[in-house]
Amino acid sequence: MTKMGFAQAIVSAIEQAMAEDENVIIMGEDVHVLRIPKLLPKPNLFIRFGKERVKYTPISESGFVGAAVTAAMAGLRPIVEVLFADFLGVTMDAILNHAAKISFFSGNKWNVPLVIRTACGGGYGDAGQHEQSLWGWLAHIPGLSIVVPSNPADAGGLMLSSIYEDNPVIYFEHKMLADYWLDYMGSGGRTTVSFDVPEKGLEGEVPDKWESIPLGKLNKIKGGNDITLISVGVGVHRSIEAANILEEKGISAEVLDLRCVAPLDIEGLKKSVSKTEAVLIVDEDYKNFGLSGEICAILLEEGLSFKYGRVCTENTIPYSRELEDQALPNTKRIIDKAVNIVKK
Amino acid sequence: MVEAEVWQLYRDMLRSRLFEEAVTDLWEKGKISGELHLGTGEEAIIAGVVSQLEEGDAMAVDHRGTPPFIMRGIDPVLILLEFLGHSKGLCAGKGGHMHLFSKEHLAASSGIVGSSGPAATGFALALKYQKQKKIAVAFFGEGAMNQGMMLESMNLASVWNLPVLFVCKDNDWAVSTVTNNVTGGKLIDRAKGFGIEGYEVDGTDVEAVWKVVNEAISKLRNNDGPQFIHAHCVHMEGHFLGDPLLRYHRNPTMLVEAADSLKQYAGESLDEVFLLLRKIGGQLKKKFDPLVVTQKKLKDNAERLKQIEEEVTKEIEQVVYKTLEIFKGGVKDD
Ligand SMILES: Cc1ncc(C[n+]2csc(CCOP(=O)(O)OP(=O)(O)O)c2C)c(N)n1
Ligand SMILES: [Mg+2]
Repeated sequence: MTKMGFAQAIVSAIEQAMAEDENVIIMGEDVHVLRIPKLLPKPNLFIRFGKERVKYTPISESGFVGAAVTAAMAGLRPIVEVLFADFLGVTMDAILNHAAKISFFSGNKWNVPLVIRTACGGGYGDAGQHEQSLWGWLAHIPGLSIVVPSNPADAGGLMLSSIYEDNPVIYFEHKMLADYWLDYMGSGGRTTVSFDVPEKGLEGEVPDKWESIPLGKLNKIKGGNDITLISVGVGVHRSIEAANILEEKGISAEVLDLRCVAPLDIEGLKKSVSKTEAVLIVDEDYKNFGLSGEICAILLEEGLSFKYGRVCTENTIPYSRELEDQALPNTKRIIDKAVNIVKK
Repeated sequence: MVEAEVWQLYRDMLRSRLFEEAVTDLWEKGKISGELHLGTGEEAIIAGVVSQLEEGDAMAVDHRGTPPFIMRGIDPVLILLEFLGHSKGLCAGKGGHMHLFSKEHLAASSGIVGSSGPAATGFALALKYQKQKKIAVAFFGEGAMNQGMMLESMNLASVWNLPVLFVCKDNDWAVSTVTNNVTGGKLIDRAKGFGIEGYEVDGTDVEAVWKVVNEAISKLRNNDGPQFIHAHCVHMEGHFLGDPLLRYHRNPTMLVEAADSLKQYAGESLDEVFLLLRKIGGQLKKKFDPLVVTQKKLKDNAERLKQIEEEVTKEIEQVVYKTLEIFKGGVKDD
């Protein structure tokens, strides 16, 4: 076991896969230098593997994501970086109508082993064109796996399984967890600003050699009997913080980290919710037509009965830090809602 | 062009520069959040264009919206309040510096690279349909010329004969990528390929920009179809405040340490990274600063230069003072 940062863990798992398999390549904007603020954290993949395997691109997202789809069909395992989840909007045809559909249309005879790695999430005042989460929006589409890690060990293990998965995976890297992103977009080298960064997500123990963590297996972070808090990414840390405070109020909350939005670990969810019979979903993605409603629907279809509530992002994320803090799921909103549900 | 106009352009540029210097100060103090892309270095291009817009013309800008908004006559206090996330800001504190909007000026921004092309095209479509005899400007960087939507909008503007002025501000860089390394052919040839007339100009020379833009705009107002300006400039503060490449440039020991820690990997790609780290400083030379270039042209009247500087400095000080007075009352102050 060694200690590693969240972003470093992702890069280290990619490095392992690139050393193992020549077909793994990277492309995206600025991939040659993006990790410079933290003194070129080892390993800088561009320097180690060279420009044929780590290809920097023009600002042509619809073109290079589209090209990555067929490069994957022709035998490569591309990891395409789309700087921010918001810019997936530009690439949507390649994802929606191609990456997600080829396997099905070909009668499962032709797969697309593609990873789209993208930074997501808010909390540093950059407004709603750079801070969206959007995993629910993408999980709506059949044919895609959606991965949202919350800590370094999961970040590396899930990246490895994403690379070796034979179908397209969209891998979300939250900016509050990835130190270089927060430096790049939030502080810009300033010491005059601060952010609510979850320590346990930022750095943690990781295995000496990466092993795949299967996609679609949730992680129970904390046991509890009165209510199940379900989340992904930074929301997991906000939920743990809330659960600790709820404990003081006499409410025993179980905390589940989904790790993947698609596929969902339905068995794992059922197990917890049939015990607690109360659900609170904490989702940094939008509330309407998303993860929070979907989990509720699935659990009802499975015949469970439970009390239910959700804390999500409900509107476009505002620029002002004050307004943003209220818009994103915060610990206070989680606690209030949980108390409310349990007392129902 | 009369000399009086150069003086006015100089004043426009200086207002924008001093405003952005005040913004930088507030950003460094942590009062402005997130990224901050300045337009310092491209003022001559913006002034040369915006000074020739009429009431009713439209403007679509990219992530460097401050200079065009300031020069279009939008209240700088409202802009600064917006940057501070105040409810009385231009967009109620909801947009911030990358998402400035002024409906009455038909001025819209976006942080999505390439989107100003379709935005200006749509403005022009509406203006033409309404027989308004007005034009729409798109401001964007050379990096945006590789974005599909930009090229699609050029074709649309051409085939619909719309009065769009496509203004490409070419600083050679897109964040940390040298655009030449990822761009095929010449940009002006792309415009020509769509049947759009193009002008190449030194974007640090406000007089030169004004002249080509003047010609292009008269063609637009004469219904001769879209026009393309390819203007070369630099960004005095790199991509954005706190640009990591500039941090290396300004702190050479960081570079030495980085070189040391990477010694084990010799090779082409390592050389390329270090070349970039060295190259970034090239744009900081004073001779590329459009304000310095203009001051040189006007240097015979040192007294007037000084007077303008004093007036504009005072104005911007007032703007900051007024803004902070309102800000003191709190973000949600009504
Ligand atoms: C669709 C999209 N892709 C990527 C980005 C990230 N990004 C912001 S500015 C920028 C560089 C733009 O280069 P250029 O158009 O030359 O403008 P400059 O910043 O040099 O003024 C990039 C890649 C973005 N905002 N939108
Ligand atoms: Mg550029």
